[in-house]
Amino acid sequence: MSQVLVLVDHREGVVSKGTLELLTKARELGEAAAVFCGPGVDTARPALAEYGAATIYVASDPAMDQHPVGPTVAVLAALVAEHSPVAVLVLATAEGREVAGRLAVRLGSGVITDAVGLDVDLVCDQQVFGGSTLVRSQVTRGVPVITVRPNSWPAQPSPVTPAELAVEVAPAPADTLATVVDRVRETGGDRPDLADATVVVSGGRGLGGPDGFTLLEGLADRLGAAVGASRAATDAGWYPHANQVGQTGRTVSPQLYVAVGISGAIQHRAGMQTSKTIVAVNKDREAPIFELADFGVVGDLFTVVPQLLEELDKRSG
Amino acid sequence: MEPLSIVVCIKQVPDSWAEKSLRPADHRLDRDAADAVLNELDEYAVEEALRIKESRDGETTVTVLSMGPDRTAETLRKALSMGADAAVHLVDPALEGTDAVGTSYALARALGTMPHDLVIMGSESTDARMSVLPAMLAEQLGEAQLTFARKVDLDASTVTVERLTTDGYATVRAELPAVLSVVEKINEPRYPSFKGIMAAKKKPFTTLSLADVGADPAQLGLTGAGTRVLEATPRPARSAGEITDDDGTGGTRLAAFLAAHSFA
Ligand SMILES: Cc1cc2nc3c(=O)[nH]c(=O)nc-3n(C[C@H](O)[C@H](O)[C@H](O)COP(=O)(O)OP(=O)(O)OC[C@H]3O[C@@H](n4cnc5c(N)ncnc54)[C@H](O)[C@@H]3O)c2cc1C
Ligand SMILES: Nc1ncnc2c1ncn2[C@@H]1O[C@H](COP(=O)(O)O)[C@@H](O)[C@H]1O
Repeated sequence: MSQVLVLVDHREGVVSKGTLELLTKARELGEAAAVFCGPGVDTARPALAEYGAATIYVASDPAMDQHPVGPTVAVLAALVAEHSPVAVLVLATAEGREVAGRLAVRLGSGVITDAVGLDVDLVCDQQVFGGSTLVRSQVTRGVPVITVRPNSWPAQPSPVTPAELAVEVAPAPADTLATVVDRVRETGGDRPDLADATVVVSGGRGLGGPDGFTLLEGLADRLGAAVGASRAATDAGWYPHANQVGQTGRTVSPQLYVAVGISGAIQHRAGMQTSKTIVAVNKDREAPIFELADFGVVGDLFTVVPQLLEELDKRSG
Repeated sequence: MEPLSIVVCIKQVPDSWAEKSLRPADHRLDRDAADAVLNELDEYAVEEALRIKESRDGETTVTVLSMGPDRTAETLRKALSMGADAAVHLVDPALEGTDAVGTSYALARALGTMPHDLVIMGSESTDARMSVLPAMLAEQLGEAQLTFARKVDLDASTVTVERLTTDGYATVRAELPAVLSVVEKINEPRYPSFKGIMAAKKKPFTTLSLADVGADPAQLGLTGAGTRVLEATPRPARSAGEITDDDGTGGTRLAAFLAAHSFA
């Protein structure tokens, strides 16, 4: 059976939920082969095995971490040349799209970004124009390179004992022109990552300051949610930029999105409007976020949210 | 200081507040239906180029480059009125229907005819929303990729950017030439002044065809595209939700809604 290459998205070996979703799909399309770049494969191995990666290609060369995008493209291009896979699946993160784009250029393939559905004939579903139009499209040239949004379908385990193969990285000179001199991590802790979370609770200017975010984190923890923020809140320094949801931040598509003190500017909506259920708290009835909301409370968040928390506590008894 | 040539790649897009739709006949964006504007993030790219020019002692030229149909010229003029020195418009009937890979190829060919030490782009266009062109262009040119920058520093021939990552940022460095893309945190774009608008009319404006840049039409247009749209269907609009005034029980009712939908 032909392989389907899945680029593993991970943080020091901690594999993202989206990657497990891709492995689940890869098993339907062929034989799932995980491509692991960078350090941490020992941490990643159990999750990849549990979700059915028959093969794990490991590129642990330090170059993988020192230069963004290029070396990863080199590894994938070499694997495609050697194994002629059915397709290459990459998670639609900012960097994932860049990897996919460069890989498509290098291979002479077509590339489809932000698929939310993928059938056995590799026909992709995409939601465009803020979810108002559903497009079905297909790669017609070369080995299809497809980026997929997290949360597009559930991950299902199917344990195997993977074969593990080391990959020698041979980056082209142009792959190592840009060098990472420092990395600063601004998020962390025990909350789920925005892309992985089934519930996202986001706050905006209405929170009034960092203290408002403490209140919001309480709600997030109560719902097992990740915390997002509008640009107004990240620019003010109330929450890290890495948590910004929107056009120039993260794109999320959770089961539930809770917008608190966010007006719903078009650039913010671009990052959340395909969420399944949307709930908003805002004191301005005219705020555009209410156009998207399945349930909205027009009121002061500093009374609504504490009451919500109290009621949730009561309900869990 | 050495002379520096900056090229800013800009795109004309439908106004993002306007309704967008796909033409039923060929599933392509109906660009004539909406007002066309300079892609918002590309204003930040132009601004960053102008700031680099203003901060340097040496000779610096800022050229704006765009590929698109005839009316793209308006958008190039807007960038000239912000302060860019010259404009290049790549326009050709064979470009209609070109996909992202093709666009990166055509832009790379055009850049091949222009001096460029630094290429600056927006990190995303509001219509395509692919966020792939800057990386693809770096690949096509074989030049350094410095994308998603919220901060850019140029020191002689070394560029250092703060690249946004999913959990913070990375400081990334390369020697010129390099391809940059910027996010909106980088600056606040200026408005064209009246003087700028008048001056724009006299600035060099070059129109190039595919033949002029030596691009192979077979790799472009709908026939050269590596992807095909099979079907496009409008999705039902989100049904109107329940919006209620907080009468003192807003939080309680929100909890009930969440419980009814199994979130609590
Ligand atoms: C190129 C570009 C890219 C951008 N990218 C992004 C992006 O990625 N993400 C993003 O979010 N934005 C982005 N923006 C910014 C966007 O246009 C908005 O400015 C921003 O989203 C506004 O944030 P906000 O909703 O928190 O603030 P505001 O628009 O100021 O809204 C605050 C809301 O809080 C409500 N409020 C205030 N106090 C209370 C209270 N006590 N109780 C209840 N409600 C209250 C108000 O009624 C108001 O609706 C971008 C802009 C540009 C130009
Ligand atoms: N037709 C075009 N001509 C010039 N630059 C473009 C064109 N299309 C996209 N770009 C540049 O590529 C960036 C990212 O676009 P995209 O990959 O379409 O989201 C934009 O912000 C522009 O800087």
